Amino acid sequence: MSSMLNDDETLGAFLDRYRSMELLRFLTCGSVDDGKSTLIGRLLHDTDRVYDDHRKALEEDSKIHGTQGGKIDLALLVDGLKAEREQGITIDVAWRYFSTARRSFIIADCPGHEQYTRNMATGASHCQLAITLIDARHGMTRQTRRHAFIAALLGLPQMVAAVNKMDLVDWDEARFRALERDFLAWCARLGTPEPTVVPISALHGDCIVHPSAHAPWYHGPTILQLLESVPVMTPSIDAPLRLPVQHVIRPSLDFRGFAGQIESGSVAVGDRVQVLPSGRQTRIARIARDGTDGGDLQSAAAPSSVLVTLTDEVDCSRGDVIACVGGAQQPVVCTSIEADLVWMDETPLMAGASFLMRIGTRTVAATVVRIRHVVDVDTLAQHARDSLEWNEIGRVDIVTQQPIVVEPYRQMRSLGALILIDRVTHATAAAGMVRSGDPHEPNPRRAHWATRPAPTIEPPAGQSAIESVERAVRWRQRPAAILLFGPPKSGKTRRAFALERHLWQQGHAAVVLDGQALRGGLSRDLTFSDEDRSENLRRAAEVARLLLDQGIVAILSMVAPQPAARDLARDLIGADRFLAVDCSEAGADDAALFRDVESFIQSDRTPGAG
Amino acid sequence: MHDRRWTHLDDLEAEAIHILREAAACFERPVLMYSIGKDSTVLLHLALKAFWPAKPPFPLLHIDTTWKFREMISFRDETVRKHGLDLRVHTNAEGLRQGISPITHGSRVHTDVMKTQALRQALEAGRYDAAIGGARRDEERSRAKERIFSFRDRNHRWDPRRQRPELWNIPNTRVHDGESMRVFPLSNWTELDVWLYILQHRLPVVPLYLAKLRPVVERDGLLIMRDDDRLDLRAGERVQERVVRFRTLGCYPLSGAVESSADTLEKVLEEMLRARTSERQGRVIDHDQSGSMEEKKREGYF
Repeated sequence: MSSMLNDDETLGAFLDRYRSMELLRFLTCGSVDDGKSTLIGRLLHDTDRVYDDHRKALEEDSKIHGTQGGKIDLALLVDGLKAEREQGITIDVAWRYFSTARRSFIIADCPGHEQYTRNMATGASHCQLAITLIDARHGMTRQTRRHAFIAALLGLPQMVAAVNKMDLVDWDEARFRALERDFLAWCARLGTPEPTVVPISALHGDCIVHPSAHAPWYHGPTILQLLESVPVMTPSIDAPLRLPVQHVIRPSLDFRGFAGQIESGSVAVGDRVQVLPSGRQTRIARIARDGTDGGDLQSAAAPSSVLVTLTDEVDCSRGDVIACVGGAQQPVVCTSIEADLVWMDETPLMAGASFLMRIGTRTVAATVVRIRHVVDVDTLAQHARDSLEWNEIGRVDIVTQQPIVVEPYRQMRSLGALILIDRVTHATAAAGMVRSGDPHEPNPRRAHWATRPAPTIEPPAGQSAIESVERAVRWRQRPAAILLFGPPKSGKTRRAFALERHLWQQGHAAVVLDGQALRGGLSRDLTFSDEDRSENLRRAAEVARLLLDQGIVAILSMVAPQPAARDLARDLIGADRFLAVDCSEAGADDAALFRDVESFIQSDRTPGAG
Repeated sequence: MHDRRWTHLDDLEAEAIHILREAAACFERPVLMYSIGKDSTVLLHLALKAFWPAKPPFPLLHIDTTWKFREMISFRDETVRKHGLDLRVHTNAEGLRQGISPITHGSRVHTDVMKTQALRQALEAGRYDAAIGGARRDEERSRAKERIFSFRDRNHRWDPRRQRPELWNIPNTRVHDGESMRVFPLSNWTELDVWLYILQHRLPVVPLYLAKLRPVVERDGLLIMRDDDRLDLRAGERVQERVVRFRTLGCYPLSGAVESSADTLEKVLEEMLRARTSERQGRVIDHDQSGSMEEKKREGYF
């Protein structure tokens, strides 16, 4: 490798140069075999940043694990784990560091094959630019579209597509232009800033560091030229102050300091600030610093880690946010937010599930009360669904137990980014981006079983000229409600319709009330919170009661997770007309269900029985 | 508005302090792994800064293999005294009784018993739920995939396939009883950053980093300093006085010196900037076999 120091450069000159060097954090992504590792290896190699002993180890490794017939395999420079070198794949996000004479770089190398969404989202949360690799032979794939989608979702301001393996399509310009058009069109649909598309061969080093003689038709920048010239995003000191409190430092009764990293804006001694969520206003007394370290500061700006004291004895602790007063952009204090989630847990998200949520420095108990939709990342279509599977992206409503301080992610990353932590396994289940916070209480409590007000209008009972015994004779049954309950995928809906078919064939009259179907209309306004699940069951039970009055058997297929709500349904319908069957219990077969139901609807009060 | 330009080092410093404060706030019994070297020097300086005017809210832990350079131990004691810190020193007593030594048992056994096992013993005895260390991702290939907050199971094992995704600067610090976290505030620093920071803040370092006439033995292609008479000379070996310094420090029989005349921090930095080989080249521990660091990490090595 070449030395970091230019030939005649003194240390002093280097230090000056180094101090003016900017740091760019970027990520690389692509599918398996798109040549991502080779691209990074090529960047390190062609900028002469590979230590001699590493190069020697690489030459040895290339003979054993290389894919270049014993020749040096640059991909091995970055495939760090033994399993990766043996399998020739990249398992996890890897972090690389290199610098040129102009800039320092941190690369998040995001593998594409396994858990790509999770890896990509992780890398993107730390970076400002993404390089997506596209294989010139295959063109844009689902993976390419997904990578661009996630980059857009995480708000990356800069996108680059590197069309790799141009040597394998004979540096065909038409091929490249077609790909470029496809990618630009997709990014336009996503609403990302216009990306740059570069034709490269990572294997041969074309257009990575040096321009390529193979592409006289390409006049744009090489990858390195791009990396060295895109503007580095630095926090604006004019942005509104946001200082999430990490830690209260109290060495003695005379000193109470609030430690945290300024996430946005700047702060000066004497500034009027507010402590959120309480909203109490006070002023900055000191920006305290050790005398041996230069002493107190008069002002500080993002992203400094600071220690401030306040002029008043206001209540302020970890999780609170010190923010400027006034201004157009204000955080919202609320217990209800709408957010986009990237689901990272193998266990799917079901509406109603509870988590620990971290936002800023605050940790609160939170419930995903509703899944609004899941995004099909290939078509951008939004599908209504009540679960979010591993690596899927969807929009949800979250309710927190304590007030939180939020801002839309697009406006203020630090108060708009969140993670959900599984309460039992402690896995990081999701990354979330706040779209909006609702400053008002979540939906007012809906009419409910226990609190249901007495009806003011008496139902027109007993007006029908048909007597119930006539109905029982015609339908050859005693009307009843059969509640098949259990978690999603426990088979309750299938069994409900199997039961309907069976009763039909026996000459009975039955109607299926499916919880999911009800949500398409009658219960369209409901979420998946505990309260709303209970309400959905109540509505189904009310409909069932009307059907039972007509002599019909009602088959209810509902999640109905709360025993208390099931008891209320039983009370509403009448215990002698209500049969609950737990579909999550193993071993129960359809035949047994049919038998139980038939005997239940053919009691001795049923004319024609026995 | 600012006294000077915001630099890349300021960025790394602010990030590291943020990480240290998260570790202190989110864990019940954190501990700072102090290994006396240059990375630990920066780490300790940042910890002092992060919690000033209070003392860091965690003790320091040094795993003493009994084979550290004598100058390292005196530097350690002086540092602890100067800052009034709470230092816990742990040595694997069982390993000591068995007479495990890097010379007779080789680096692999010695590192396993006197470092990896010793570290586990100390972490378990102290019931620490977070061990803060000075490791950097640029040190070695398997470290490149390491998280800043890196989960360890009840057996202190690292499973590279089951790491928690780490998003923004929001760590997931939740652990069950017996599980723990390793925390690496210097993850994004390079060797150059560490030296530049030491120079900028004029931090004292172990004198072994600076060139001086020292007694060394050439062994297996490395220059080993004879720090005491436990290093027996093999046939044909002789102690030579040479002007050498160390790029990394560990157990003295496992640390290779480099011939150098850099006797000031500035000269060390200049030499480093002209270097063409990596800093770990002088370490016996990484040379055992390809992927050896990864395996040691899985077993609980720092």
